[in-house]
Amino acid sequence: MRFISIILGGVLTSNFIFMQYLGLCAFIGLSEQLETAVGMSAAVIFVMTFASTVAAAFEQFVLIPLGLQYLRTIAYILVIAGFVQLVEIFLKKTAPGLYKAMGIYLPLITTNCAVLGVALLNVTEEYDILWSTVNGMAGALGWSLAIVIFAGIRERWKFMNIPDVLKGFPLALVSTGLMSLGFLGFAGLFQGILK
Amino acid sequence: MNGKRSLLHDFTKGFIEENATFRMVIGMCPTLAVTTTVVNGFWMGIAVIFVLTFSNVLVSALRKVTPDQIRIPVFVILIATPVVIVELVMKAFMPDMYSILGVFVPLIVVNCIIIARSEAFAYRYPVMNSLMDGLGIGLGYTINLIVIGGIREFLGTGRIVLFSLGSFPARLLFDPMAVMLTPPGGFVTLGLLMAILNLVIKRSESKKAAREAAAHD
Repeated sequence: MRFISIILGGVLTSNFIFMQYLGLCAFIGLSEQLETAVGMSAAVIFVMTFASTVAAAFEQFVLIPLGLQYLRTIAYILVIAGFVQLVEIFLKKTAPGLYKAMGIYLPLITTNCAVLGVALLNVTEEYDILWSTVNGMAGALGWSLAIVIFAGIRERWKFMNIPDVLKGFPLALVSTGLMSLGFLGFAGLFQGILK
Repeated sequence: MNGKRSLLHDFTKGFIEENATFRMVIGMCPTLAVTTTVVNGFWMGIAVIFVLTFSNVLVSALRKVTPDQIRIPVFVILIATPVVIVELVMKAFMPDMYSILGVFVPLIVVNCIIIARSEAFAYRYPVMNSLMDGLGIGLGYTINLIVIGGIREFLGTGRIVLFSLGSFPARLLFDPMAVMLTPPGGFVTLGLLMAILNLVIKRSESKKAAREAAAHD
């Protein structure tokens, strides 16, 4: 039950883009084409899920025993950067096809605030390693859903007559706002299940 | 490099010319997340000014000994240091504000503004220029946060609270629109502000072009 509520919560009620404003730079920057949006989504789902695991494990086995929780920010960013680098090397050696598809997005993910954000939120929510992983995956799925829908909308702009001053970022932000208004409708939907 | 750069210009270019939010469109997450009130925007801005100036100075001071290949990891560590300082100071002295800004204080470490300034400016120019650049870009960013926060607070709650100076009521003019305080309100406000800015720039450019054309005749 908890599993379902975390997943649905991450995807719909507390969507990373629409409700929590995390990972916006990549969301706006990489949503011009459906293809890039899908590639980035795959990379984000993979990295965010396992980075949450690694960060939660690091918290439990290193930071807490040593009493170094106040260095969490600096430790997490290093752990995540190291993890992404490791994934990159591993993919390059073992799965060149996958590396070709996902490779260019991997370095971008280190500075995607959603990855560090979910790791820090897991600590606030007091999730253990397993639930951190689930929460990371839920957040990543929600992020991917948002960017894929948005890329679909943006592709249609090519055939539309848009006023000059709205072209690009302004219209992107206003459309995101309207989509976010739609997602606001999910608020409170799963409160019965959660508690 | 073309001689000595003007320190004053390095400071002032952050306001309009290289404005982080409106011209470079970076650092979007905190711009939207913390701007529900003027006061929140102000403190977030102060935190960013501190981190940006501190990291710019460190990066610039160490630019000659930083190997090119590993500069990004070095930047990240140099940026994370002031972020941890801000985080601990805020937690100790302003616990209320820390709980409002929440995860966005530690997230300054991955704010693209900071790493972009390290890469594009501090890594190339002397310490004093980098200091002014950090202060200028940071101050420009703070002004953006305050303006967006002001609009959202004014339309969303019908008043603007300015620290202990009291609040400015507007309830007589219109009913407050709670949607401005929610995420959709933030996105739409920023989008429309950008569109208005584009319109102003376009108008002034076409006027300039018309004047030049008239001068040619």
